[in-house]
Amino acid sequence: MRKIFDFHGGIHPPENKHQSLQRPIRDAGIPPRLVLPLSQHIGAPASPVVAVGERVLKGQLIAEALGFVSVPVHAPTSGTIVAIEDRLVAHPSGLLAPCIVIATDGLDEWTSLVAPPDYRDMTTRELLARIRDAGIAGMGGAGFPTAVKLTTKPGSAVATLIINGTECEPYITADDILMRECPDRIVEGVNILRQLLQPGEILIGVEDNKPEAIAALRAAATGSAIEVVSFPTKYPSGGEKQLIELLTGEQVPSGGLPLDVGVICQNIGSVVAIADAVVRGQPLISRITTVTGEAVAEPGNFSVLLGTPMNYLLAQAGYQPGRNRRLVMGGPMMGFTVPDASVPIVKTTNCLLAPSEAELPVPPPAQACIRCGMCAQACPASLLPQQLFWFAQAREFDKLEQHNLFDCIECGACSWACPSNIPLVQYYRASKAEILQLRREHAKAEQSRMRFEARQARIAQEEAAREAKRAARKLAAEQRAQTAAAGGEGVEDPIQAAIDRAKAKKAAQQVVATRATTETGERDKLEKAVVTTRARLDTASSKLEQARAEGSDLVDALQLGVDKTRAKLEAAELALQAFVDAGQTAPQQAVPTDAASVAIARAVAARAADAALDPVEKARAQLAGLEQRLAKTRARLAASRSKGEEEKIIGILVSTEAALEEKVSAARAQLNGKGDT
Amino acid sequence: MATLLRVTSPHAHGPVSTPKVMQKVLLATVPGIIVLTHFFGFGTLVNLVWACIVALACEALALWLRRRPIGFYLRDYSALVTATLLAIALPPYAPWWLIAVGVACAILLAKHIYGGLGYNPFNPAMAGYVILLISFPLQMTAWAPPRGLGQLPSLVEALQACFWPAGFDGITMATPLDLMKQNNSLLVADLYAQTPQFGRWAGLGWEWANLAFLAGGIWLLYQRVFSWHAPLAMLASLSLLAAIFYDGGSSASGGSPLFHLLSGATMFGAFFIVTDPVTSAVSVRGRLIYGAMVGVLVYTIRVRGNYPDAVAFAVLVMNFAAPFIDNYTQPRTYGHQPGKGGG
Repeated sequence: MRKIFDFHGGIHPPENKHQSLQRPIRDAGIPPRLVLPLSQHIGAPASPVVAVGERVLKGQLIAEALGFVSVPVHAPTSGTIVAIEDRLVAHPSGLLAPCIVIATDGLDEWTSLVAPPDYRDMTTRELLARIRDAGIAGMGGAGFPTAVKLTTKPGSAVATLIINGTECEPYITADDILMRECPDRIVEGVNILRQLLQPGEILIGVEDNKPEAIAALRAAATGSAIEVVSFPTKYPSGGEKQLIELLTGEQVPSGGLPLDVGVICQNIGSVVAIADAVVRGQPLISRITTVTGEAVAEPGNFSVLLGTPMNYLLAQAGYQPGRNRRLVMGGPMMGFTVPDASVPIVKTTNCLLAPSEAELPVPPPAQACIRCGMCAQACPASLLPQQLFWFAQAREFDKLEQHNLFDCIECGACSWACPSNIPLVQYYRASKAEILQLRREHAKAEQSRMRFEARQARIAQEEAAREAKRAARKLAAEQRAQTAAAGGEGVEDPIQAAIDRAKAKKAAQQVVATRATTETGERDKLEKAVVTTRARLDTASSKLEQARAEGSDLVDALQLGVDKTRAKLEAAELALQAFVDAGQTAPQQAVPTDAASVAIARAVAARAADAALDPVEKARAQLAGLEQRLAKTRARLAASRSKGEEEKIIGILVSTEAALEEKVSAARAQLNGKGDT
Repeated sequence: MATLLRVTSPHAHGPVSTPKVMQKVLLATVPGIIVLTHFFGFGTLVNLVWACIVALACEALALWLRRRPIGFYLRDYSALVTATLLAIALPPYAPWWLIAVGVACAILLAKHIYGGLGYNPFNPAMAGYVILLISFPLQMTAWAPPRGLGQLPSLVEALQACFWPAGFDGITMATPLDLMKQNNSLLVADLYAQTPQFGRWAGLGWEWANLAFLAGGIWLLYQRVFSWHAPLAMLASLSLLAAIFYDGGSSASGGSPLFHLLSGATMFGAFFIVTDPVTSAVSVRGRLIYGAMVGVLVYTIRVRGNYPDAVAFAVLVMNFAAPFIDNYTQPRTYGHQPGKGGG
């Protein structure tokens, strides 16, 4: 015997399944009109491939799948397309949705079905295409495209394939009756899935309140690898996550998929549809639907064409509209009320519940939450519903998320258990919607912020690039001005030229000054030496004169001194002369070593040349320079325009052009005037 | 055909309702009240009736002031539960004004000031009790002697004690808990033998009252009105501490585990006060911690404190701690890694 694990929480609501199990499956027949919504599944709605007025045959494709997560729609019987328009559909919000309306002809004429090859010879891809083309979407209630669910990533092995025959929700018996009456088709479908998924083990999980179904399945599965597992009845053991925990002991990670723990789940109805599609080539055009509740006289299960209006089906079961105040699609725990009994049966309609008021009374007004914790004891996700309720009331969304609101599967166990009749699930649904809305808004704001920042960055970058260009242009202009000043090619920038000139002059003065100081010092010394020596010589000479006149014996000695001083003077004078001579040649030797001096020299030369130039020649040269600049500016402007640069740049270029044109014409006038004179 | 009702799931609802839960709690106090009346006379019943009248009046007044539907909220029986619990906790033959003040404080201050049922952080009955105990210690510690140790007052005398206290000359006697605390010369066995207030296991009368409340509590457990976690944790920690400090029954002993389990308000507290869902922790783990801590505090205050019993103080202190416990005992949600459940 297989080990059955348990999951936290759960409730035991009255099952109310016996009412609809009194009779075998009945055929609901062909209603006069079928209304087929294009979206009977989760994902992109199908796209019609038929036109109004066209005759269609049973099983014919009338709307094709759009995209990967989508399934096609087929005509459930033969007839004529009378409308493709928005109709009221079974949706909690009472939405209108695009539908194809078929006026049936009662002939039930099949389209020619292609006899499919043996599925054992088909590849995975072919099998998946077959399942998808048959329009199969999860028939337990969610309606997720089955082929998508069966598409496994390469390398991800399926350890356990679980067929969900739990049907834990009260009243519903559609899967139960299928298991009782068609166990062979189920086994057939499971074998196809085995070929497709190559699972390690295959389990069919059934609650122990369905002994007939378990017995029938076990008999049909004898000799196969399929294991039929029964476990104690408890709501919501049929929830995918709960069933996986029951049978494997593993929990699907929050936000993850069953495949993350190596499990794929399929509903009984989907398995039968897969068998019909792959073995018999029949698309999904009908399903088993339970019609039950005290407002129908003959509850039971019906094989019903998709698109059949609910009131047509209800009529087959002896519907008493007067006794019925709410019509529920699905069960009493998770089903939703339909806005009108005319809405059509779709692929996910496992049950139509038409209860009397006494059966499912309108709940009394909610009383205060006494935090009794019965909801926490009932929660199969181990949440704290009373805390979530508290936070939902206070709209504390961060606390709600911290308490894992999004792990709530909305099974309704907490609401069922709440002694104060608080509609807990409604609070959670509303909060979830609000949080999702906030997230969307936040994502939008975030995107806007990023876009704004990107724009700011781009503008800054452009600004920087422009700045760099401007700096480069300025540098180039300076260089040009220098070259112009040096080479005498016109006066491109008079101010700059003046500055340059001033700078050069200053530099030159500095050079001369430095040189002068050093030279002056030397020369002074030499001159001083000459002067003092001469003075000494004079003194010595006068003393000698005196001594000669007196007839002194010092005359010889004095004569010697005078001679010596004279020699010194001569030497000093020679040295001075030599220095003066050297000083005259020194500046010419210094020229090549000083760049500024070169520039000065060149500028001086240019000025001299300029001065030497004939005024007419000068004006002509100026005009040539201006014309050259004008041509350049025009070329830039044209380039800017063709590149589509910013208005500002083009504007600047245009004004530059105009200014240059003016200068050129002025220069021409001047030249002409000069020429005339 | 009338338009169909548009409501969201779930459409079915369980049979449990808050008024039914409250009724069951009231029903479960009946054995204890009978035993108390048997041992201490009509005082408890007079307390009860008068407390209920005052409670309904206060509740109606508060609802009227808060502009809430009076009839709708009165039918949730929560005021009656508060009144009943407080009436049981008060000494029999208490004067009318004592009861009225206690009930008014419980309903108006401890409950409606915070937003009514479900929003009160403190157990209203215990809050009312503690306010009285601190304000009127004399009246609050005047316990009548149990049957067998004195003449029980008649119903008329009981009514007189309540509504015309000046004309009532009641006898009071120390409770077994007081005697145990004050004893420092006798072995526990001798204390039991020499003091008439002691019965077979604990106090005369008290032991039976505790057993009666235990029976009511077990019935509530069977009815799934609350889970076993908090009461059992409280009784376990109380017994454990009593066992550790029993000291072989010496004169310094704090009393045997059985003495503590069957004395004072132990069982009443464990099954009717600690289980108050509004003011206790919510998760299973949280309730275990909450209950165990109440037990620890009850023992500590009984043996070391100056008050006759400790349940009210222990519960109020733990009421403070309940949100804190909740914060750290959030259960692991399905599909989440252990330790990442909450924070």
